[in-house]
Amino acid sequence: MTVIDVARATRSRARLDPALLASLAAVAFFLVAAVVPGFLSPHAPTALALDEALEPPSFAHWFGTDQIGRDLLSRVIHGARESLLIGFGAAGIAIVAAIVLGTLAALGGRVVSAVVSRAIEVVFAFPILLLALLLVSILGASAWTQVIAVGVSTAPGYARMVRGQILSAKNAGYVEAARALGHSPRRILTNHVLPNAIRPLVAVFTMALGQSIVWASGLSFLGLGVAPPSSEWGALLDAGRAFIMQAPWLTFIPGLIIVVFALAATTIGSRIQQNLEKGE
Amino acid sequence: MTLTSSTETLTTEPKPGAERGGRRARRFLSRISGAIVVLWGAATAAFLAQAALPGDRATAIFNIRAGQAQERTPAELAPIVDAFGLDDPLLLQYLHYIGALLRGDLGTSYQQFRPVWDLIGEQLGSTLILTVTGIALAWLVMVSWVTLTAGRGARLKNIGSAVDTVTASLPPYWLGILLLLVFALWLGWFPVMGGGGLAGIVLPALTLAIPLAGFMGQAVRAEYERTLDQPFVLSARMRGMGDLGIRIRHVLRHASLPAVTLTGWALGATISGAVIVEQIYSRPGIGKTLVSAVGAQDLPVVTGVVVLVAALYVVANVLVDVAYTLIDSRLRTS
Amino acid sequence: MTIVERQSTTVERRAGAALTVRGLRVDFTRDGSTRDVVRGVSFALEPGRCVAIVGESGSGKSVTARTLAGLAGSGAVIEADEISLGARDLTSVAEHDWRRIRGKQLGFIQQDALVSLDPLRPVGREIEEALRLHGWRSRSDRRRKAIDLLRAVGVPDPERRALQRPHELSGGLRQRALIASAIALDPEILIADEPTTALDVTVQAQVLAQLETAKARGTSILLISHDLSVVAQIADEILVMSGGEIVEQGAANDVLTAPQHPYTRRLVDAVPGGHTRGERLAPQDLTTPNLHLPRAASAERDDAVLEVRGVSKRFAGVTAVDQVSFTLGRGETLGIVGESGSGKSTTARIALALESADEGEVRLLGTPWSGVPERQRRSLRPRIGVVYQDPLSSFDPRWTVGRILSDAIPADAGLTRVERTRRVADLLAQVSLPAETRGRLPLRLSGGQRQRVAIARALATSPDVIVLDEAVSALDVSVQAQILDLLIDLQREYGLSYLFISHDLGVIHHMSDRVLVMTGGRVVEEGDADRIFRAPEHPYTRALIRSLPKPV
Repeated sequence: MTVIDVARATRSRARLDPALLASLAAVAFFLVAAVVPGFLSPHAPTALALDEALEPPSFAHWFGTDQIGRDLLSRVIHGARESLLIGFGAAGIAIVAAIVLGTLAALGGRVVSAVVSRAIEVVFAFPILLLALLLVSILGASAWTQVIAVGVSTAPGYARMVRGQILSAKNAGYVEAARALGHSPRRILTNHVLPNAIRPLVAVFTMALGQSIVWASGLSFLGLGVAPPSSEWGALLDAGRAFIMQAPWLTFIPGLIIVVFALAATTIGSRIQQNLEKGE
Repeated sequence: MTLTSSTETLTTEPKPGAERGGRRARRFLSRISGAIVVLWGAATAAFLAQAALPGDRATAIFNIRAGQAQERTPAELAPIVDAFGLDDPLLLQYLHYIGALLRGDLGTSYQQFRPVWDLIGEQLGSTLILTVTGIALAWLVMVSWVTLTAGRGARLKNIGSAVDTVTASLPPYWLGILLLLVFALWLGWFPVMGGGGLAGIVLPALTLAIPLAGFMGQAVRAEYERTLDQPFVLSARMRGMGDLGIRIRHVLRHASLPAVTLTGWALGATISGAVIVEQIYSRPGIGKTLVSAVGAQDLPVVTGVVVLVAALYVVANVLVDVAYTLIDSRLRTS
Repeated sequence: MTIVERQSTTVERRAGAALTVRGLRVDFTRDGSTRDVVRGVSFALEPGRCVAIVGESGSGKSVTARTLAGLAGSGAVIEADEISLGARDLTSVAEHDWRRIRGKQLGFIQQDALVSLDPLRPVGREIEEALRLHGWRSRSDRRRKAIDLLRAVGVPDPERRALQRPHELSGGLRQRALIASAIALDPEILIADEPTTALDVTVQAQVLAQLETAKARGTSILLISHDLSVVAQIADEILVMSGGEIVEQGAANDVLTAPQHPYTRRLVDAVPGGHTRGERLAPQDLTTPNLHLPRAASAERDDAVLEVRGVSKRFAGVTAVDQVSFTLGRGETLGIVGESGSGKSTTARIALALESADEGEVRLLGTPWSGVPERQRRSLRPRIGVVYQDPLSSFDPRWTVGRILSDAIPADAGLTRVERTRRVADLLAQVSLPAETRGRLPLRLSGGQRQRVAIARALATSPDVIVLDEAVSALDVSVQAQILDLLIDLQREYGLSYLFISHDLGVIHHMSDRVLVMTGGRVVEEGDADRIFRAPEHPYTRALIRSLPKPV
């Protein structure tokens, strides 16, 4: 199953229902915002306008303004790049680690798979946030730390899924039938186990992208992420926290953006998976 | 008139009691050993975290205390080296650490001169109450929602399922703010900041409960729908049982099994969610202590919390396993 | 000891019909399209008599049964000239009234109690539930009545058993508990929907005995089944359904011994047993030649294809296979028969070297087969094939039939792509599947078609031996007949040896040259098929044969 298959599946047989369309539009918007923020953003993110401070959303400022008059919409758009980079970086680490560990745990020799499986279970026992906090306290708060902390702490969950999928494919009836036909383990692995194991994971991994941004923003919200005056979405959350009473939109809207992005990623992922399954 | 078939003796009887007891003991032991491994892993990770602090540890600790980062003379560092045993070989330090843990001593804070347990212990209770309330509320919401929407046709199933997915992915920091805005600021039904007692715990607990309910709901819903198609449900209907009776007396027990398993895991996840929620609602708890400790890189406090949560998780999981086998005795006697 | 009963559980038996059905039609509407599932069924059930509705899957028999209990399902439109329960008209009953009828006047028995009783609840509670729903308020009364009921159906030590869950009871006991829950309120009518499917023969006999008892008490029984031999035991009148219609109806004896309608005749002919040995069970396909040959006695028995000696296997302290030995000759069929848990499937897996034996040895075609590294075995694997009970789980869900077969053809046959394609077409033809099946997914095929694909796949490696593990157990009778005929044709064509595992004695008697009887992991009897069925020696075999429903 190659990238071409995935692309073909999404394009030709995808039924573009409204949820999928909206998700694609949202993701596209954010990607553009990450690459060319100036193109989309109405104001400069650092433009101060103290006389327009703490204004609720209006025609002039779609998302309102913060305590020193910065336009929130512009800040959100400019924050997309950093947020997406952190999120994708963390997701990348998590997915790679998950694939490596999950495969070792499912297919390694008896000792290796036992040890790795145990290790995954033990680490999985810890709440993601606590693990991330632990890593941050060792490495010190910064954007890089966020990437590593979120990546490492979400990896065990995905590793478990990878391991589970590979194991269930390995133990499936068609594997035994192939053994009975006299096929070599390597042939069974490439023809049966891996393709069947990977398929359900597509959705999981796209979801990982969205979830990573959610976790990273959580760290920022606690003040343990990127430092101000960054427009990274989590940092915006943190900055807005002090003004919950007067200007609730300062925390509400960045949070909404994060949730929208995560949902969009999940929706796209599950549609891709549905189409992969149907098309075969 | 009784009928005992002569072929009765030919069918296999289930295993005698003694064999069953032995197997149960073995399973119990394996669970305990699993728990010990998790605890040991946590403790070792905690120790390694402390040892991994970049740079010279004594200097780091001194600087954390003093609030400034600069070079220190050996004379200044000496009391710290003594107090934390930093010039012992690493293995010895590790053994000391484990020994202390077994005694209930979680170490001493870098930032302040107090034992970690003192700092955390007094706050832990409040966080635990919030956590447990959150989980209980999640169960309540999930059970009602699934019972009402499962097995009633495709449309309700899709709506219910979509709601589950969306709520499961709502981050607590956003949901908390949303609930705060709507129910406290706008409608004024609940206090905004740190209200004690029942009223003050509702919104924070809901913030934790809703995503958990969505998450558990996904698993439970699938099991619910599957169970409704089982032959024994038809048998119950054929005895004259009505729909609600079936849902509550038969299906619920089966469908809640996956949720029982998830609850053990949920304890850890909810505690960490509580950390965030306490910030939003300005509630007392270990949240504030933890966050400031992380910011200051006060490792003993952070690792202390980690070890504590690991211990709670382990206890919770053992209880969950026991609960599961009480409900589903197929595991007990297999 | 007298128990004061809160409600009278004896009902006067009325003369005349207990249940009358005339012109029953059931349609299902879904997404705008209508499917008529039952097209005009009429019969009358009298007290103490049994009417059986016989049909294969999709005939509409189960829907008929459920409609009579008001549980046809969502989207069902029911019309009838008459449905009366005694004097009561059932066509206009509201749901909450149905709840009073079900359980009290109508009892219902389904298949395997392991899934028909709530696995998480003690069986006593399931019985008590029926009582509670119909007015028995006192818990102690219910408990006492439940225990009495268990005793009445022949469950020993009922006080203890009532507290146990279905999986803690043996097959026979839990089936009786299921029956107890259905007759708890002594209903006038008992509907039994496939009550013996998936049950061991001995348990099946117990269930039928219970139904006989109920009949003798005056209960009317509506029996739904696809199994003609079960029906022959107990039915007074038979309705044969196909495609929603009744194609034949009459006294049981008449229908079974002198069927009028071609469908019924086909059904009766398709039942395998000792009397069908050497004959075809199904009408010929147009594609396979008429092979009405007597069973070939020319098979060379001295050429042993598979030898199993003293094989044992233990799983977690349980002995699954205990000192099993047998030889399979070239061109012969060895049937292994036993109930569930007898160890026959494990033996098959050991014969296939998919499971290693703890003791003993296996030789395939004279070469050591067990206890050798897998790498050594791999080159010999094409010589032994396997067909499972559920072929779907043995197919990769993403692959088409064509790919499955092409993949099975050994690579070292040195075939070009064109030759391979032709070979796949050949294989499909041999199992009488149309050529375009190659492009289809197994998921979209019927049970019989899937099994044919499984057989084709086994043939692809040109094997000497094929192990068939309950290969026809999940199929309808007529489909089973076709597959059995196909297997025999292939055996004659290619000189294949079959290791045929089944719990169905009729199938075993029809197919096998020799038979192995297994129970508790051990072989208790072995010998020529006819001899074993005619004059069994071992007490277990005798009991097994005795439990057989009398042949059709």
